[in-house]
Amino acid sequence: MNYTLNFSAVWRSFDLLLEGLALSLALAFAAIAIGCVVGLITAFGLISKNGFLRRPAGIYVTIIRNTPILVLILFTYFALPQMGVRLGKIESFIFTLAIYSGAYLAEVFRGGLLAIPPGLREAGLAIGLTNMQIRTSIITPLMLRNVLPSLGSTIISLFKDTSLAAAIAVPELTFEARKINVETFRVIETWIVASCLYVATCSILAALMRAVERRLAIVR
Amino acid sequence: MTNNLLEIRDLHKSYGAVEVLKGVDCTMQQGDVVSIIGSSGSGKTTMLRCINMLEEFQGGTIRIDGQAIGYDVVNGQRRRKSEREIARQRALTGMAFQQFNLFPHMTAVANVMLGLVKVKKMSRDEARTLAETWLDRVGLRERAEHYPGQLSGGQQQRVAIARAIAMNPKLMLFDEVTSALDPELVNEVLQVIKSLAQDGMSMLLVTHEMRFAYEVSNRVIFMNQGRIGEEGNPREMFHKPQTERLAEFLKSSTFN
Ligand SMILES: Nc1ncnc2c1ncn2[C@@H]1O[C@H](COP(=O)(O)OP(=O)(O)O)[C@@H](O)[C@H]1O
Ligand SMILES: [Mg+2]
Repeated sequence: MNYTLNFSAVWRSFDLLLEGLALSLALAFAAIAIGCVVGLITAFGLISKNGFLRRPAGIYVTIIRNTPILVLILFTYFALPQMGVRLGKIESFIFTLAIYSGAYLAEVFRGGLLAIPPGLREAGLAIGLTNMQIRTSIITPLMLRNVLPSLGSTIISLFKDTSLAAAIAVPELTFEARKINVETFRVIETWIVASCLYVATCSILAALMRAVERRLAIVR
Repeated sequence: MTNNLLEIRDLHKSYGAVEVLKGVDCTMQQGDVVSIIGSSGSGKTTMLRCINMLEEFQGGTIRIDGQAIGYDVVNGQRRRKSEREIARQRALTGMAFQQFNLFPHMTAVANVMLGLVKVKKMSRDEARTLAETWLDRVGLRERAEHYPGQLSGGQQQRVAIARAIAMNPKLMLFDEVTSALDPELVNEVLQVIKSLAQDGMSMLLVTHEMRFAYEVSNRVIFMNQGRIGEEGNPREMFHKPQTERLAEFLKSSTFN
């Protein structure tokens, strides 16, 4: 193989890659923020004694977790408009990733909820707190501390899933890399740089999550 | 309306098909200190938990200051009160648990403040001042900023008691609050309870500490298989048990 690496063409388009990365992060942030709310509500549904709450939550999680995310992306972008729901590319992708992350986060949160001793809820009830106050002041903060380690890897994996937005031409990092690849024919260089950007970003996210974990650790 | 602080009439409670309270009656006046003794599984914990609706009950009534707890009777139908109303009624009583149940992500003072802010709607400043006063009262003022994980079992239990009492309940419920403690930590907790009793706090306490029950209470209830087996003042109960059951129970427990 007589190939000499030459990154100059890629460097010239580096701005584009960075813009793509910024969009990837924005997509992930928006989708995970919504997904956390959806996931939290779903997790409380999953552990509910009330079947009218538990069953829909279970069906949602099962369907989403057993469908490839690419299929969900294509469904939302191509099939929903046929059913009268028209979303822009970016909105469509954020919606899909939010629904997708909601199901995964629900499972993560559920595990964290089950690890909380029931006596804490009873102590809350005994001082006159309502169930909702107990959820917001006691259960959720403790659950989040329980799940922080696995939450970190879930968030990173959801961030990486933003690369699938390239399938519907959302100009995020992977999409921009493919464009540069096609325009410059510097295939190896382009994908090396794109990979490095993903690795660097994920490492930073992981470090941030560990910092949060340390900050919130329960003092023993 | 009555002027009884607590009035339990014919309380029945089942877990599924198993009846664990089989018609319990109990009356308390303001300032009474009543100890519940009895062997494990006789229904002592269940009785306390019905009083603050941590358990549902299927028959009978519980009244605190005349208010029916947990259920309304509408057109002869017994109906559970709304969650909001039950939460309000739970604040009439305070409860200390065997396992302390402090909120582990909050400091001692924050544990005490939570109910004051969320239920009593106090400002954070007011709540902090009151919480510190109560921590001082249980001898833990200098531990206010410690987390439960940094406190001994006895200290945690005293914080838990402060958390309950700070809510100004009409009646305190103690469920074997020293059973999970190392022996050398039992006394500090009993001392706190005793001094609260001397200040006139009404309390209903389940305990295995017979000496303590004898000294602190003005009445003792002996629970036996879901019923009140015998009840009376501590001196009569401990020295002249009327029933074979109580005599046996007292013989098997250490009165040191
Ligand atoms: N959550 C529950 N489900 C089923 N049975 C229970 C439950 N809690 C307690 N019981 C049963 O009720 C009876 C009374 O229990 P409890 O009130 O805890 O007794 P005590 O506090 O006097 O030891 C026991 O036989 C116990 O096994
Ligand atoms: Mg018990």
